[in-house]
Amino acid sequence: MTRYQRRKLANQVALGLSLAATVCGLAWLAAILITLLTQGLSALTADLFTQMTPPPGSRGGLLNAIYGSFIMTALATLIGTPVGILAGTYLAEYSRGSRLAEVIRFINDILLSAPSIIVGLFVYEIVVVRVGHFSGWAGALALAIIVVPVVVRTTEDMLRLVPDSLREAAAALGAPKWRAVVQISYRAALQGIVTGIMLAVARISGETAPLLFTALNNQFWSTDLNAPMANLPVVIFQFALSPYSDWQSLAWGGALLITFVILTLNIGARVIASWSTVKR
Amino acid sequence: MTGIAASSGFEARIGYWARSQKRYDTAFRLGTALFALLVLVLLGGVIVALVDGAAPALAKFKLGFLVTEEWNPVTDEFGALAPIYGTLVTSAIAMLIAVPISFGIALFITELCPPWLKRPIGTAIELLAGIPSIIYGIWGLFVLAPLLQETAQPLLIESLGSLPGVGFLFAGPPLGIGVFTAGLILAIMVLPFIASVMRDVFEAVPALLKESAYGLGATTWEVVWSVVLPYTRSGMMGGIMLGLGRALGETMAVTFVIGNAHRIHASLFAPGTTISAALANEFAEATTDIYLSSLVALGLILFLITFSVLVLAKLMLQRLQRGLGT
Repeated sequence: MTRYQRRKLANQVALGLSLAATVCGLAWLAAILITLLTQGLSALTADLFTQMTPPPGSRGGLLNAIYGSFIMTALATLIGTPVGILAGTYLAEYSRGSRLAEVIRFINDILLSAPSIIVGLFVYEIVVVRVGHFSGWAGALALAIIVVPVVVRTTEDMLRLVPDSLREAAAALGAPKWRAVVQISYRAALQGIVTGIMLAVARISGETAPLLFTALNNQFWSTDLNAPMANLPVVIFQFALSPYSDWQSLAWGGALLITFVILTLNIGARVIASWSTVKR
Repeated sequence: MTGIAASSGFEARIGYWARSQKRYDTAFRLGTALFALLVLVLLGGVIVALVDGAAPALAKFKLGFLVTEEWNPVTDEFGALAPIYGTLVTSAIAMLIAVPISFGIALFITELCPPWLKRPIGTAIELLAGIPSIIYGIWGLFVLAPLLQETAQPLLIESLGSLPGVGFLFAGPPLGIGVFTAGLILAIMVLPFIASVMRDVFEAVPALLKESAYGLGATTWEVVWSVVLPYTRSGMMGGIMLGLGRALGETMAVTFVIGNAHRIHASLFAPGTTISAALANEFAEATTDIYLSSLVALGLILFLITFSVLVLAKLMLQRLQRGLGT
């Protein structure tokens, strides 16, 4: 074999392996989605959306868990998003080259990847221990803490993409800085910021670990945010690990539901990002 | 006369307007700064709360906590060795599997893929990152674990189990669940994170460098191996560390498939536990204060480990951004 042939062969082997790795990655995604569909579709009945989580052996649905998840996710987004947007605004608009901003950015990136179970422990220590019981508020707070770094990061990134000429034009017209930020920068970066919020919502709607220590679970219908609150991820966790086939089937139904919502949010976020006026 | 009066009224209004705008400006700047500082407060709060919660356990068991395997809620004797071991071993398995695959995917997307396929494949891999941990867990328990039990594990036990030197890693009955399965699930979960960082750093390589190598007659693989890799070394390491940080702290998926045994087994097919799995499983049933405090102490250890890994990851990625690729 000549040297040339050897080099060509090495190239083909390496590229073949790279193709195999990609197929392998895509196969995992397909395998998970197919399992979810085959196991979950049969559980997606009207009962799932209208009945409460049942005791073992009887029929029921996931209504209280769906409601709890929805409320806590909505509250977490309402708390976390403004904090994230304002912090991101500071980093992008008011702190060019400042040392403090660099530290904040660094810490924020670390919080972005920090284990969510740690956030759960933190909220447990500062809220649940003090108040003395698990609650929907604690769950929402834990999820809000997970929202913040995601929104800070995307807001900052998107505001940085807004061309300075727009800011200068606003300044030349005599607009104060805050108006330039609110009416020019925010507007130009709107799609990007919305994308970030959607990704944050997608991220928290599947979070289980932080809710275990904060909202816990509730077998009954409860709208009281001061009491333990049912939520889909924790119900899936408990039901899937139970020996009862009714419960396992409900867990698959819930899993399919969550995955559907999250994938829709993810894909929707991408679509909105592609409408964006400022491009990467 | 009227003209002058009107214009001085106008000036007064302008002056008033300018002053109030200046106040708004200051308020807005300070307001945003306040929320930005909240990020720092959050990190500080996490550290203080965890140290505070872990204090009783650390005071009782001292440094022995880190090296004791015993975990006995009945006698209130707790040691973190088994979960620490499980965390490190599952993450190591995950990295061994995920790094080469991620590298392959990043290579495929940046160098091989026809342009029209780039976006769909990139999106699909990123969707893999979007699927929540609990879905991986339920899938791992009901699909992957039985599959491994019937196929891969007996095969590995047959073939590698009797090898001298490494055989003990593959000994024991094929249970399906266990450390190996947890590592495999983790690999699938962190793969998209590593792949997407690697793709980004590969794309950061100046086209001039690559084209020069192609111009000298190098094959695609030679360009990747001798030009792209050396240029992106620190960025790649950053991506790997980022994935490692994820793997170390991943909770639900591992909790489903690891078997939750506070024991250290030589065999990878034996059940074990990780820090996060122990927390998720036992928190609700922790009845005594010292039990609870020991669990929080586990959380503190996990936080310190992931924090250092993520700091390293960030520093390496920053090095690449500053143009010091090597």
